[in-house]
Amino acid sequence: MIVKRPVLKWWERLYLPVVEDGLLTTFRHLFKKKVTVQYPEERWVPPEGFRGAPVLLTGLDGREKCTSCKLCMFICPPQAIRIVAGETEHPIEKYPQEFYIDYGLCIFCGYCQEVCPCEAIWLKHEFELADFDRTNLIFGKDKLLQMGRQEPYLKGKEKPLKKG
Amino acid sequence: MVNILIPAIIKIVVVLGVLLTAVAYTTLAERKISAYLQDRYGPNRVGPFGLFQPVADGIKFFFKEDITPKRVFRVTYYLAPMCTLIPALITFAVIPFGESVSLNGTSYRLWIAENMDLGLVYLLAVSSLGVYGIILAGLSSNNKYSLLGSLRSVNQVVSYEIALGLGILPIAISCGGFNLDEIVRAQEKGIWFVVPHFVAFLIFLVAIFAETNRLPFDLPEGESELVGGYHTEYSGLRFAMFFMGEYANMITASALIVILFFGGWSLTFIKYEIFGSILAAILSVLVFCAKVAFFVFFFIWVRWTLPRFRYDQVMNLMWARLLPAGFLYLLIVGLFYFLLE
Repeated sequence: MIVKRPVLKWWERLYLPVVEDGLLTTFRHLFKKKVTVQYPEERWVPPEGFRGAPVLLTGLDGREKCTSCKLCMFICPPQAIRIVAGETEHPIEKYPQEFYIDYGLCIFCGYCQEVCPCEAIWLKHEFELADFDRTNLIFGKDKLLQMGRQEPYLKGKEKPLKKG
Repeated sequence: MVNILIPAIIKIVVVLGVLLTAVAYTTLAERKISAYLQDRYGPNRVGPFGLFQPVADGIKFFFKEDITPKRVFRVTYYLAPMCTLIPALITFAVIPFGESVSLNGTSYRLWIAENMDLGLVYLLAVSSLGVYGIILAGLSSNNKYSLLGSLRSVNQVVSYEIALGLGILPIAISCGGFNLDEIVRAQEKGIWFVVPHFVAFLIFLVAIFAETNRLPFDLPEGESELVGGYHTEYSGLRFAMFFMGEYANMITASALIVILFFGGWSLTFIKYEIFGSILAAILSVLVFCAKVAFFVFFFIWVRWTLPRFRYDQVMNLMWARLLPAGFLYLLIVGLFYFLLE
């Protein structure tokens, strides 16, 4: 496609009227509402569906929903999840003995949430995870479950397991 | 001797102190205004509204490691920052900044170099000295980007010096001299020179933007092309000196615009004689400062509005547009005054 260059009038070629236009535009911005979030005092509220830290959810019976199928562990692109499976007396025979997520590795892609057949792992809105020590970023099972319980908006997700 | 020396020293100390503080706060103003123009807040953590930010910056510059790269030419490498800062500061010697005060029967002019008749010529000479710092920095810091930046800068500053002169000369013709005080007096009586000499004002404005290496003519620095231009290899206090030199230049340029085209400290409708001598002096200095502050704001405003010119556009603007326009306008003004006589 050939784009025709507009033929400028002589006052446009002077460049000065355009400069004045630009100056007025920026001057108007001087008094506009600022968009900066003053971070420690103001907090940004993530939108619905924001992908933050993945956490473990608890079922209505008070047990963790995870059945230790390890699908999340296999799909996790940076391999941030480690699960050690264990057996229980409960009708659902498997449970995670240990469940680690390394937030230092996690890329918050949400594949674990997508792949989980039990809706046991969910991406929370939490995103301020920084720490001075990398080992502190590896979260164990109890911590992940606790983080899952704190989230009121995840309450609706606490349905009993579907059969089949 | 003492009668002359002591007031002169007091004036120098006060002017330099005010100027350097103003330089520090111009950097804050730059950051604040740029932020506000982009719908941000800018620095607001150090003190109320970030007012102590320049102090924090100064301390930071002071404690930063001063790196001298390998194989630089030491003498000029160390000399260059001083060569940019000092001309920027000594330009203020010829700038009158207020009405004269009379104390104990003697009247003192608020002007460091009192009654310098060739003030404008001095200004042109000293402002072109500033380019030596840039040349030395570029040549001695053993870096191709610095060299390219300084080459561009030299070409640009030397070219636009002509336009600067062509913007000043019509004023000199209509005042009949190069004395800056007389230029202000002439505007006090009549009308500010922007109105009759608007073309000269435009030429001078464009030229002074190029002369101070501010956007849209900041090719010597041109971050996207040249890293940092001539001061790429400088760090710590030496870099701070370049920085201060740049901002001092900006303030001097604003003062120059105010004196030549916006009547210095004069307010057209208010005469300072109705106040007492001291009050008049204080008021005139304040008015002068306010006008200069507006033009400093204008410099920053333009910087955050316009994109950078391409190098050939800069040269084209100078040699093919400003130069003919300047000569033509000079001719018209000259003929006008010739025929008037």
